Amino acid sequence: MRRLWFLLALLFAMPALAVQPDEMLADPVLEARARTISEELRCVVCQNQSIDDSDAPLARDLRIVVREQLQLGKSDDDIMAYIVSRYGNFVLLRPPVEPATWALWAGPFAVLIIGGALLAVWSRRRRLVETPPLTAAEIAEINRLPD
Amino acid sequence: MNRLFFILPVVAFVALIGFFAIGLTKDPKALPSQLIDRPLPEFTLPGIAEAPGGGPGFSSTAMKGEPMLLNVFASWCAACPQEHPVLTRIAREGTPVYGLAWKDKPVDSRTWLARFGNPYAKVAADETGRTAIDLGVTGVPETFVVDARGRVRYKQIGPISNEKWDREIKPLIEKLRAEA
Repeated sequence: MRRLWFLLALLFAMPALAVQPDEMLADPVLEARARTISEELRCVVCQNQSIDDSDAPLARDLRIVVREQLQLGKSDDDIMAYIVSRYGNFVLLRPPVEPATWALWAGPFAVLIIGGALLAVWSRRRRLVETPPLTAAEIAEINRLPD
Repeated sequence: MNRLFFILPVVAFVALIGFFAIGLTKDPKALPSQLIDRPLPEFTLPGIAEAPGGGPGFSSTAMKGEPMLLNVFASWCAACPQEHPVLTRIAREGTPVYGLAWKDKPVDSRTWLARFGNPYAKVAADETGRTAIDLGVTGVPETFVVDARGRVRYKQIGPISNEKWDREIKPLIEKLRAEA
């Protein structure tokens, strides 16, 4: 019986949300957009969470700002720009592709390509120095060994 | 050629170590301000009634005419009492310090100012925290150096120490005075 209750409790367990009911917008479409936007924005206090995840008071304030802007009819891009104009690109959890971030975006692919090329060269080189076949003397010596 | 093949990864590794070593010395919490060399965002905020020297608050347009500091503080801020004597010294030495009480009940700000003393030329209450968001504030205390034309020239995150003031901020204020 106790186990059953435990399983039931697990079934109904919900993740703890940072977003409080009083923040949410009545319009489900706008609320969904607000959630999407706030998942993209970094909490500037806690830094490794989105404002959607964070319980920091400033994250809450920013979630409310996002919702107010949505209600004013702003586009998602406008709202992102509004926040970025205050806190800089740092607030974007996905940094934009621009000259300053090319290395960041291209880095993993560059490592993969360079590493792959080095590996190819290395394995080809190994094949070139493959062991020469045994000489007749060596074969004779092997044959002389007891089985 | 063969030797190069072994040296190259070592060189790459050392370069990477160097790269990370430099990264580790940087403060990840120090975000550059978007406001540097731009005018203060516009705001008009009420004062903190009955605070010692409280007055009517101020607006962004009041922060013109001479170089000054805009200090964001709060009664709930742990590092603010530590910074307070430095602000008092700065004000006494002749640089106006404007105070912005961030997300603080005016009654709490008032108690705080009465307890520690009021170093501010003017104090305003940003109860909703909206002005602080416009300023890109991430925590308290934070201090902006504003030049005579009302543009932000420097941002200090965390408390100003005597050393920080002597070495960096005071020379900057003097430079801005000479500019004006």
